Amino acid sequence: MSDAADLTIAEAGGRLRDGSLTAADLLDAVRRRASMTEAIIHGYLTIDHDGAAASAAEADAAFARGEDRGRLQGIPIALKDNMVTRGIETTASSRILAGWIPPYDATVVSRLRAAGAILYGKTNLDEFAMGSSTENSAYGPTRNPWDADRVPGGSSGGSAAVVAAGSAYAALGSDTGGSIRQPASLCGVVGMKPTYGLVSRYGLIAFASSLDQIGPIARTVDDAVTVFETIAGHDPYDATSYPGALPDVRTGLTEGVSGLRIGVLSELVSEGVEPAVAAAFQATLDRLAKAGAEISEVSLPTTKHALSAYYLLAPAECSANLARFDGVRYGPRLDGASVEQMMATTRRDGFGPEVTRRILLGTYALSAGYYDAFYGQAQKVRTLVVQEFRQAYQQVDVLVTPTSPTTAFALGARAADPLAMYLSDVCTIPSNLSGDPAISVPVGLDEDGLPIGFQVLGPALGDAMVFRVARAIEELSGFDSRAALASSEGAV
Amino acid sequence: MTYEVIIGIETHVELRTRSKMFCRCTVDFGADPNTNVCPTCLGLPGALPVPNEQAIEWTIALGLALGSAVATRSVFHRKNYFYADLPKNYQISQYDVPLCAGGHLDVEVDGVTSRVGITRVHLEEDTGKSTHIGGDGRIHGASGVRLDFNRSGIPLMEVVTEPDIRSPEVARAYAQELQTIVIALGVSDARLEEGSMRFDANVSLRPAGATELGTKVEVKNMNSLRSLQRALAFEIDRQTRMLDAGERIAQETRHWDEANGRTDPGRSKEESSDYRYFQEPDLLPLEIDEATLARLGASLPELPAARRLRYVDAGVDPAAARTIVSGNLDRLLDDAIDAGVDARSSANWLAGEVTAHLNREGMDAGDLGLDGAGLAELVTMVTEGALSATAAKDVLAGVFAGEGTPRQVAASRDLMQVSDEGALRDMVEAAMAANPDESQRLRDGEERLLGFFVGQVLAASGGKADPGRVASLVRDIASQ
Repeated sequence: MSDAADLTIAEAGGRLRDGSLTAADLLDAVRRRASMTEAIIHGYLTIDHDGAAASAAEADAAFARGEDRGRLQGIPIALKDNMVTRGIETTASSRILAGWIPPYDATVVSRLRAAGAILYGKTNLDEFAMGSSTENSAYGPTRNPWDADRVPGGSSGGSAAVVAAGSAYAALGSDTGGSIRQPASLCGVVGMKPTYGLVSRYGLIAFASSLDQIGPIARTVDDAVTVFETIAGHDPYDATSYPGALPDVRTGLTEGVSGLRIGVLSELVSEGVEPAVAAAFQATLDRLAKAGAEISEVSLPTTKHALSAYYLLAPAECSANLARFDGVRYGPRLDGASVEQMMATTRRDGFGPEVTRRILLGTYALSAGYYDAFYGQAQKVRTLVVQEFRQAYQQVDVLVTPTSPTTAFALGARAADPLAMYLSDVCTIPSNLSGDPAISVPVGLDEDGLPIGFQVLGPALGDAMVFRVARAIEELSGFDSRAALASSEGAV
Repeated sequence: MTYEVIIGIETHVELRTRSKMFCRCTVDFGADPNTNVCPTCLGLPGALPVPNEQAIEWTIALGLALGSAVATRSVFHRKNYFYADLPKNYQISQYDVPLCAGGHLDVEVDGVTSRVGITRVHLEEDTGKSTHIGGDGRIHGASGVRLDFNRSGIPLMEVVTEPDIRSPEVARAYAQELQTIVIALGVSDARLEEGSMRFDANVSLRPAGATELGTKVEVKNMNSLRSLQRALAFEIDRQTRMLDAGERIAQETRHWDEANGRTDPGRSKEESSDYRYFQEPDLLPLEIDEATLARLGASLPELPAARRLRYVDAGVDPAAARTIVSGNLDRLLDDAIDAGVDARSSANWLAGEVTAHLNREGMDAGDLGLDGAGLAELVTMVTEGALSATAAKDVLAGVFAGEGTPRQVAASRDLMQVSDEGALRDMVEAAMAANPDESQRLRDGEERLLGFFVGQVLAASGGKADPGRVASLVRDIASQ
C-alpha cells in the first residue's frame, strides 16, 4: 500500500515505532482520505480537527520520550455519534440533540484517550441507532464506499463506512440488534459485539439498555482485538458492567480451528438468504472443515421468534430511554402554552419518523392491559433464546450464520417498508437477546462486487473464541477487503 | 348516617446518606440550586445509575424494625411519567418486588392500642424541585417554572400502610411513631417542615357495617403532624357532609391548605396515569443474602416501643416516657439514669420543663444546651433540697441560655435554697418583729397568718428559703 491511510493498526503501529511514520502523518493521511471521500460518503457528522491535531502532537511527543501507552497510541479512531464526548457536539443523528455539547466523556472515550488514541471524529448513524441503513439520520444518509448508490447498513453505518474508506483506522460502533455487525458486513470490514457487560455503556446514549453494547469496527480481526482490549473492562459507573476478569482475547488468537466444533444455526441460513451470500457462507464452511473444524447443524427453534420479541423489547426500553429528550435541560426547545405542551412540541419536531414509530410501539407494548401479551411474552421468548443458546454451547464451541441475508441494498429500497428493513437484522438479533459475543468478518464479494460477511457467535464471555474463529476465517478466505475495494470499479 | 373512616398512609422519607441514590453527588439540603448535580441525576444522555448500598441497607433496616419480610431478591422498576422536575421522565422505583413487604406498627391513642399493617417498604429516587413563578406559586396560571435538581436522585424510602387507620388521631400517632423509629435508626432527619419526611393519606368513608370500600381521596401537602391530623379531620367532615347530602365523592388528589384549614382539589390527571412500569434494565436485581440480613438485624438499635417499656419499668410515668421518646430526649434520660439519679424525677423534668422549652423555641433536642450530666446535677440538687422547684426552673432557663452547668447557674444567679437553720430563724424573727400586730394574732391562734409570715420570709429570701421549713420555724417561734 502506498497510502498510509490504508495501513492496518498493526502495520501503522509498527511504522510509528520504527520511526518511519509519525502520528501526525497518520492523521494527515486520514484527513486527506476524508477530504476525497466524505463529500460522497458522508460518514462523519463532526470532525474534531483541533483536538485530533493536539492528540497527534501529544502521541508524537510521547513516542519521542519513549513513552508507549499501547497499540492505539497515535492511531486516528472514529466514534459513533451516540457516544458522548466532552466538548464535542454529540447528536445521535437526531435534531433533538442538535448543538448539544456534552460536559463529560463516555467511559470508552476516556479509555481511548488514556491509551493515546487520536479521536478524529464522530460518525453518522440511524437516529438514536434505530435503523439498518443509516438513512434515518437527521443529517442525511451515509453511502457505502463500495457503491455510493447503496446503503452502508446501520445503524453504525458511518463508522463502518469510514473504516472501509480509510478515513479512520478503526471505529467504535454500538450494537443493539446487529448495528455493528450488519454495517461491517455491508462495508466489508470486521465488526464485533462483545459479551454484554464487557464494555461500559456509561456515556452511550441508550437505545435499549439491556441490548446495547459498544464494540470495535476495524479492517482486520487483529485490529478489532486491539480496540476491544482498550475499551473493555469493568466500570464502576455502569451497574451492568461485568466485574470479573476480562477474557484474554490475544493469547490464543492464532490457534486456528482444528478440532473446534462449529454449529451452523439452521433456522438462520434457510429462508431469505441471497444465493451469493449462501454460496460464500458454504464456501467458508468448506474451508473451515478442511482446516480441521467439525461442522454440524444446530437447531435453535426459538430464534425464529427472536425478531418479533426484539421489536417489542427494544422499543419498550427506548420509549423510556428517549423520554428524557424533552427540551427542558438540553437540546433545542420549542415553545408551548404549558410545560407539557413545550415538551410535546419539542419531541414531535425533534424525533424522526422511525424513532417516533418505535417510541409509540414501545409505549403501547408497556401499557396497562397490553403488557402481558406483548412485553411480558417477549421477555419469555428472550429467556428461551438464552436457554437454547446455552444448551447449544454444550454441543459446539461456536455457532455460525451469514451476518446479513443480503449484501448492501440500494438507498431508499427499504425506506418505505419498515418490516423489510427490520428483516435485515434477523441473523444478528438473537445474540443481542442472549447477550453473547458475535463478530462479522468479510469473506468475499457478490456478483455486483459487494462484500459478504460471515458471522460467528459464541457463548457468554467466549469473546476470545469468537475472535479466534474469525481470525482463522479471515486467513482461510484469503479475502483482502482493502485490496478488493481499491480495485473495485464502483468504489468511491 | 354514621360512617366508618378508612385511612391508609404513604410516607416518603429522604435518607441521610452521604451521596445520592444512583450517583456520587452530595446530599445537602442547603446548597445553592443546581450545584449538587451530575450527568446521572440531571438525566443527561448516556448517564447511568449505580445503586447506593447504604440506602438499600437502611431500607432493609426499617423493614426489619417494622417486622417486614425482606426480599432475598428485589428489583428496581422504571415508573414512566413526564414532569419537568423528573430529569429522565421516569423515576427509578420499585414495583412488584419491593425490598420489604408486610409488617406492622402498634400505636397508642388514649390508652387504646391500634395495629397498623404495613403493606411494603421500598426504595426510589427523589425528583427535583419545581418553583412556579407567578400564579400564586401554583401550576395553574404560572408564567414559568424554575427547576432545582439538587434534590433529584436523593434516596427516598416509601412506607405504605394497609387501610387500617380509623381516625385522624391514630393517623397522627402512626406518623409520629414512624418518625421516631426512622430517627432512632439514624437513617433520616425526618424533618416534616423541610420535607425530608412527607405524608400522603388516602381517605374514604363507608356506611358503618358496609363491607365495600368507598371512593378514596388522596390528601397531600401536610407539613406537620398537626396538619396531618387537621387535614384528615377536615376531609372526613367534608366527605361526611357530601355523603349525607347524597353527593358522590370524586376520586381525586386534594391539597391541604394550612392557612385556610381546608383541602382543595389538585391536578386530576394523576388518577388516569398508566406508569408503564417495567424492570429497570440499567440495574441488576438486588440479591440480599442471609449474612447481610443477620448483620443488619443484629445492628438494629433499641426501638422506641422497647425503650418506652424500659423507662416505665424504671418507674417513669408512661405519658412522660412517650413524650421523651418521641421528642428524642431519650439519650438525655439514659445519660441521667447512668449518672445514678432517679429515672422518674429526671423524666418529669424532660417531659415537663425541657419539652416546654423546646416547643416554645421551636427547637430540636439536638440543639439543647443541656446534657445528661447537667440533668443529673439538677435533679440531685432538687432531691437534696439545695434547690426549690421554682428555683430549679430558673436554673434550667440559665442553662438553656448558656450560662453554665446547673450548679454554676444556681450559684451565679444566687438561687441556692437557704438551708442554714440560724439564718432562717433570724429571717423569721425579723419578719415577726416587723409585724407585731400580726405576730400577736398568730400567737393568739389565728392560724391563717402562718401563710402571711411564710410569704414574708420567702420574699425576704428572694425565693431561696424552703417554704416547709420556714413554716415550721414560724410555728416554733410563735409558740414560744
